[in-house]
Amino acid sequence: MNVSERLGSLSTAQRTVATGCSLLLLISITRVWSGADDLTSAGTVGASLRLAVPIAMAGLGGIYAERSGVVNIALEGMLVLGTWFGAYAALEWGGWAGIAFGIVGGMLGALIHAVATITFKVDHIISGVAINIMAPGVTRFLTATVYDRPTETPTIPTANRTGTFTVPLVSSGLESIEHRHWFLVSDVAGVVRGLTTEVSWVALLAVVVLVGSWFVLWRTRFGLRLRSIGENPYAAESLGVSVVRMQYYGVLISGACAGLGGAFLATVQNSQYKEAQTGGRGFIGLATMIFGNWRPGGLAAGAGLFGFSQALPLRQGDLVGPLLLLVAMLLAVIAIRQGAAARWRQAIAAAVGSAVSAIVYAQVDELPKQFIQATPYVVTLVVLATASQKLRPPAAAGQIYRRGGAH
Amino acid sequence: MANIRVPDPRRVAAAIAAPLIAVAIAGGVSAVLLVLTGHDPAVVLNTLGNRLGETNTLMDAANRAIPLYLSGIAVAVGFKMNLFNIGVEGQYKVGALTAAVLGAAVTLPGPLHVVFCLLAGLIGGALWATVPAVLKVKRGINEVVSTIMLNFIAISLVAWLYTGVFKGSAAGELNTRTKYLPESAWMPDLVSNGSHRVNSFAIVAVLVGVAYYLLVWKSRFGFQLRASGANPFAARTSGVDPTKMVFRAMLISGAAAGLVGLPELLGDKHAYTDTFSVGLGFDGIAVALLGRKHPIGIAIGALVWGFLDAAGRFLDLDGIPREIVTILQGVIVLAVVITYQVAEQFAQRRITAETAAKAERLDLEVAG
Amino acid sequence: MSDTTPEHGTTPPAVELRGIWKRFPGVIANHDVNLTVRAGTIHAIVGENGAGKSTLMNTLYGMHRPDEGTITIAGRQVTFRSPTDAIAAGIGMVHQHFMLADNLTVLENIVLGAEPTHGGRIDFAAAKRRIDELKDTYGIEIEVDQLTEHLGVGERQRVEILKVLYRGARILILDEPTAVLVPQEVTELFENVRRLVDEGVTVIFIDHKLDEVLEVSDDITVIRSGTTVATVTPDEVDARRLGELMVGSELPTPETTTSTVTDVVELSVSGVTARHAAAARHGAAGGTGGTAGSGGRPLLDDVSFEVRRGEIVGIAGVEGNGQLELVEAILGLQRIDAGSIHLAGDDITSLSVRKRRHAGIGYIPFDRQREGLLLTSPLWENMILGYDDAERYVRGPWIAAGKAKTVADAAIARFGVKTPSNAVPAFALSGGNQQKLIVAREMTANPSLLIAAHPTRGVDVGAQAAIWDELRAARAAGLAVLLISADLDELIGLSDSLLVMFRGAVTARLDPATATPTQLGMYMAGEVQSQEEVA
Repeated sequence: MNVSERLGSLSTAQRTVATGCSLLLLISITRVWSGADDLTSAGTVGASLRLAVPIAMAGLGGIYAERSGVVNIALEGMLVLGTWFGAYAALEWGGWAGIAFGIVGGMLGALIHAVATITFKVDHIISGVAINIMAPGVTRFLTATVYDRPTETPTIPTANRTGTFTVPLVSSGLESIEHRHWFLVSDVAGVVRGLTTEVSWVALLAVVVLVGSWFVLWRTRFGLRLRSIGENPYAAESLGVSVVRMQYYGVLISGACAGLGGAFLATVQNSQYKEAQTGGRGFIGLATMIFGNWRPGGLAAGAGLFGFSQALPLRQGDLVGPLLLLVAMLLAVIAIRQGAAARWRQAIAAAVGSAVSAIVYAQVDELPKQFIQATPYVVTLVVLATASQKLRPPAAAGQIYRRGGAH
Repeated sequence: MANIRVPDPRRVAAAIAAPLIAVAIAGGVSAVLLVLTGHDPAVVLNTLGNRLGETNTLMDAANRAIPLYLSGIAVAVGFKMNLFNIGVEGQYKVGALTAAVLGAAVTLPGPLHVVFCLLAGLIGGALWATVPAVLKVKRGINEVVSTIMLNFIAISLVAWLYTGVFKGSAAGELNTRTKYLPESAWMPDLVSNGSHRVNSFAIVAVLVGVAYYLLVWKSRFGFQLRASGANPFAARTSGVDPTKMVFRAMLISGAAAGLVGLPELLGDKHAYTDTFSVGLGFDGIAVALLGRKHPIGIAIGALVWGFLDAAGRFLDLDGIPREIVTILQGVIVLAVVITYQVAEQFAQRRITAETAAKAERLDLEVAG
Repeated sequence: MSDTTPEHGTTPPAVELRGIWKRFPGVIANHDVNLTVRAGTIHAIVGENGAGKSTLMNTLYGMHRPDEGTITIAGRQVTFRSPTDAIAAGIGMVHQHFMLADNLTVLENIVLGAEPTHGGRIDFAAAKRRIDELKDTYGIEIEVDQLTEHLGVGERQRVEILKVLYRGARILILDEPTAVLVPQEVTELFENVRRLVDEGVTVIFIDHKLDEVLEVSDDITVIRSGTTVATVTPDEVDARRLGELMVGSELPTPETTTSTVTDVVELSVSGVTARHAAAARHGAAGGTGGTAGSGGRPLLDDVSFEVRRGEIVGIAGVEGNGQLELVEAILGLQRIDAGSIHLAGDDITSLSVRKRRHAGIGYIPFDRQREGLLLTSPLWENMILGYDDAERYVRGPWIAAGKAKTVADAAIARFGVKTPSNAVPAFALSGGNQQKLIVAREMTANPSLLIAAHPTRGVDVGAQAAIWDELRAARAAGLAVLLISADLDELIGLSDSLLVMFRGAVTARLDPATATPTQLGMYMAGEVQSQEEVA
C-alpha cells in the first residue's frame, strides 16, 4: 500500500489534519534551516489571518453564487462596495454598523447581478464585468460627495472600530516557548499564539460564517437545493424546487459574503477606505474558490495559504526567500508521492520544480515581491492545468436557466 | 446574440432605438443617484452637452478612443468565436512591454521602426494569449478563468521586468520606466492644440478595424470562425475543426490586444512607465458590447466612452464628482446588454411570426 | 383485437385511458388511444419509433393535457395539469434521459425536493431508513452514500426508480428503460421490475425489443401510427406476430419505377469496425449515460456494403444500433479501428472530413438543428456551410455574398423553401423548411454520394413528397444514396436494396419488393441474425 492509497483511506477531516501537520513540519524545517524565525511568529500568523479573511469571504461568496449556478466575477466589485459602505458606516455609527453596512453594500452589487443574470438572462461574465467597472466609480463618487478627497475616507477612530480579543492564559503562557525557537514546538506555539492574540472579533465572525456555510450547504434543505441547482437545475425543477428563487438567494448571499470581506478590509485590516484598496482580492477569492474545489474547507486552506504568502513580504527581514525553500521541499514531497504512485510525468515535473526553487533560493538574494503577488494566480492555474480532473466545478455554473427548458 | 440582418426599416429603427433607450435608462439611474446625493442632474447634462461642441474635448475623446477601439476589436474577435477573452488587459500590457523593450533595442529608419514596434506588440500580445488558448484546447480550461488569472500574472511579470531587467530610468527619476524609444519609433500627432491632440495611431486603428471587418466578417476564414462559434457541432460536420478555430481566434484576439498599449507607447510616453494606463482591456469589453461587435459600432462605442472620459473632468469644476461618468458608463453597459437582449427576443418572435405567415400565404397560393 | 383484457375481480384497473387524442401543430400525435392497465401487472407498450408512445406517456404523466379523452386512475377520473398532479396521484416516471445531479450523493438526489428535516437540518438518518425499507421491500440494491457521478447507467436507473418510489408512486412508467442498458443490466432491471409488481406496484414500460417484451410483460399494447392497435398477452402471440402488429399488416408497395442502378460502385465500405465513440461528440456533450457500445460491444462490427451510382441503399434498424456511427465513419467524424472506405474507387479512409466532402459526399444530418444549421445566421450563409470553398460562393479568399445570395435564391425557389427572403435567420423557418434548406444546400453541391439521415423526419406531407421527388430524380441522374430512416414508407418506397443494422452489424440484406413486415420487424428487433443473407 503506497502513501497516497493510505491517505485515500483516511476521512476528509483526518486528511486535512495530516496535511496541516506535515505543512507545519515543513515550515518548521524551513525556519530552522534558513534562520528566519519570524516565519512562524505570532505576528506573522496573525497578519496571515487578517489577510486571509477578505480573500476567504470573497471566495465564499463565489461558492454560494456558483453553487447556485451563477458565475460571479463581480466579487471584486462587491468587495469594493463593501469597503466603502463599511468605512462610511463605521465612521458614522461605529464598528459593527460598519460591518452590517458593508454586507448591505455587497448585497446591493449582488442584486444588480441577480437581476441582470437571473431575470434578464444576461451573460454572467458580461454582467460581472459591468459591475466591476461600475463599483469603483460608485465608491469614488460617494467618497468625493461625502468627504473632501475622492480617493479615501478619513481614518476611522479606534472607538469606531470593532475590537479584538486575546485568550488570556494561552497567549501569554506560550510566549516564552515561542521565543525559544525550538524546532516544531515553538512553531506550534507561534501559530497558536497568532490565532489567540489580538484577534479581531470580525475575523472570528468570518470563521463562524465559513464553518456555518459548510453546515448550511451540506446539512440543510436550503443547501441541498442550492447545490442541486448549480448541478442540474432541470432535475431540481422536475422535483418542484424553484430555481429562480434559489438563484436569487445564492447571489445575494454571495454579495453579503463579499461585502463582509470588504468591510473587514476597510475597517479591521485597515482603518479607512482607500481607492484600489481591494487590489484584486475579489479575483484572488475566485482563484481560492477554484483552488478549494468549490468547498468551504478547501477554500479555507487556500485562503490561509495565500494570506500567509501575502503576509511574508510585509514582515521585517527576508521571509520571501525561505518561502522558496519551503516550495522546494513541498515539491520534493509531491515528487516522492507521485513517484510512489508511479505517475512519472507528474513526479518529474515536481522534481524539476523543486530543483529550480532550491537553485533560485541558493542563488538569488532577494525574491521580487511581484512573485509573491502573482502566487495565488500561478498556483491556481497550475492546479487547474494539472489537477483539473479532480476539480469539480458546479456543472451548470454559467449557464442561463430557462424555466421548462429541459429537452 | 444573434446576427439578424434583414434589411427592414423597423429593424434598423430597433437597432438605433435599443442603445438610445439604454443611454436614457443609464441617464435616469445616474440622475437618481445625483439627486440622492444632493447634486443637480441638469448641471451634469449641461456640462456634458456643452463639451460636445468643444473641439479640444472632442480631440481628447478621439485620442482616448484609439486604444479603446483596438481593445474593443480584440474582444470582439473572441466574441465572434463565442470566446470571452477577458485577458485583453494582460495581453496589452505584455504587448506594450515587448514593443517598448524590443523597439528600444534596435536602430531602424523611421517608418520601419514603427512597423517593427507594431509587430513586436502584435507578437507579444499573441504569445500571452497562447497560454489560455493552449489551456483551453489541451486541458479544457475555461478561457474566462484562465485569462483572469493571467491578467494578474501579466501585471506582476511586467512590473518585475520593467522595474528590473529592463529598467531604463535613472536612480533619482520620479517614474520608473524602460529605456526611451529612439525618435524614429515615435508616432506624430495628426492634429494638436496645446495638450489636446489626436495621435496618428488613429490610422492604425482604422486599418485594424478594416482588417477585422474583412477577416472576420467577410472572408472564408471568418466564415469558418463564426460558424465554429455559432454551432461547433455543425462546423465539425461541415469539415471545420472547432478546436483549431478556438486557437486561431484566441491568437488573433491577443495580437489585436497587443496593439492596445502602443498609441500611448509610440505616441506619448515613448517608454513603458509606471504611469501606463490600466483598465483598457475591461473598457474594451464594454466598448465591444456597445458596438455589437460591428467595426463601426465599436468605433461609436469607443468615441462615446472616450467622450465621457474626456468631458467628465469638467464636472469637477461644477462641484460634481466626475466619477458619475464611470457610473454612467457601467450602467450604460448593463442597460445596453439588457435592452439588446429584450429587443432580440422581440425581433426573433417577430421574424418567426412573419416567416410563418409568409409560408402560410405561399400554401394558400398553391392551394388556390 | 383491442381491449380483450379480462378484468380480475372487482379491482379497478390501475390506469384506464379512453379515446385520447393529442394534436401538435401540423401533426396528430395520438388519436383514439384506448389503454387498460391492470393493477399490479407489467404492461408493455410497443411500437416503432415515432408511433406515438412517448406522447401518450407524457399525457399520462401530466406533461401536457390531451385534446380529447379521459384518464382514469384506480377507478377515479382525473385531470393532470402538471407532473406534480400525476405524482400526487401516485404516478412516477423514469425518463430515458436521467434527471440526476452528478455531484450530489445518491441519497441527496433521492430526497431532493422532499427532504425530511429535523431541527433545521436534513434528517438523513430518517431518509436512509425510509430508503432502506424501499430497498428491502423491492429488492433494489444501491449504495446511497456514494457520489452519483460514479454510477453506471444501470445504477442511475435504479436511483431514478428509488426517487419515484420515495415519493410514494404506485404506478411506474419506464420510458425505454433497456435502450441504454447492457444485457446483464437488463436482467437486473427485470428482476427489480418483477419484485415491484410482486409488491403491488403497477409498471408500464415502453419498449420496442420484442424478445424482452415477451419475456417480462403480463400484457402488451401495440401502438402504430399514433393509435393503439391491439392489446395481447405474451402467450397469445409470438415475436413474429408482434412484429407484424408493430409494422402493420401490409408494407407499403415500392414504386414501380424502372431501376436506375448502374454497375459503377460509388461507395464501398468494407470490414469497418469501430470501438470507441467519437471524442468530440461525447466530450463536448459531456452528458451522462453510456453509448450503444458500452459493455465491450463494438459500435460498428465488421460492416461491409456497396452503393452503386443510381442506387438508393436504405438502412433499417432501431435507432442506436450503429447507424450514426456508420455515417460518421463514412464522413470521417468517427475513428475506425479496422476496415476501409472507398469513394468512386479512391481510398478515402484516412482523408479529413473536408476532403471527403470535396470528393463528393453530401450529407443530410440526423439532427438538423444541431449538426446542420447555424440557427442565428441568415439562410444564404447556411447555404455556404460546408461549402465555403466552392466556386459558387466565394471569390478568392472572400465570401462572395452577392453570388451566394443568387445561388441561395435559386435553391430556395427550386426546393420550395417557404421564406420571405434569403436573409431570414434559420431559426425562423419551420422544421420542414429547415430540412428543405439542408436538402437544397447539399443537392446544389451536386454530390456523387448523398448520405441522407431521416431526410423527412418532422416534415409536413407536402415537403416530404418534394424531398422524395428530389431524391428519385437525383438517383435517376446517377446519384448514389445511402438512406437512413425510421419511416418504413420512406425506406421501402425509395430504396433499391435494404440493409438492416442491429448492434453495430449489418444483419440482413433484403429486397424491398419482396420483404415482408414479419421479416423486417424480426430483423430489426434482433430476433433473427441471418448472416447467410448478407454476402
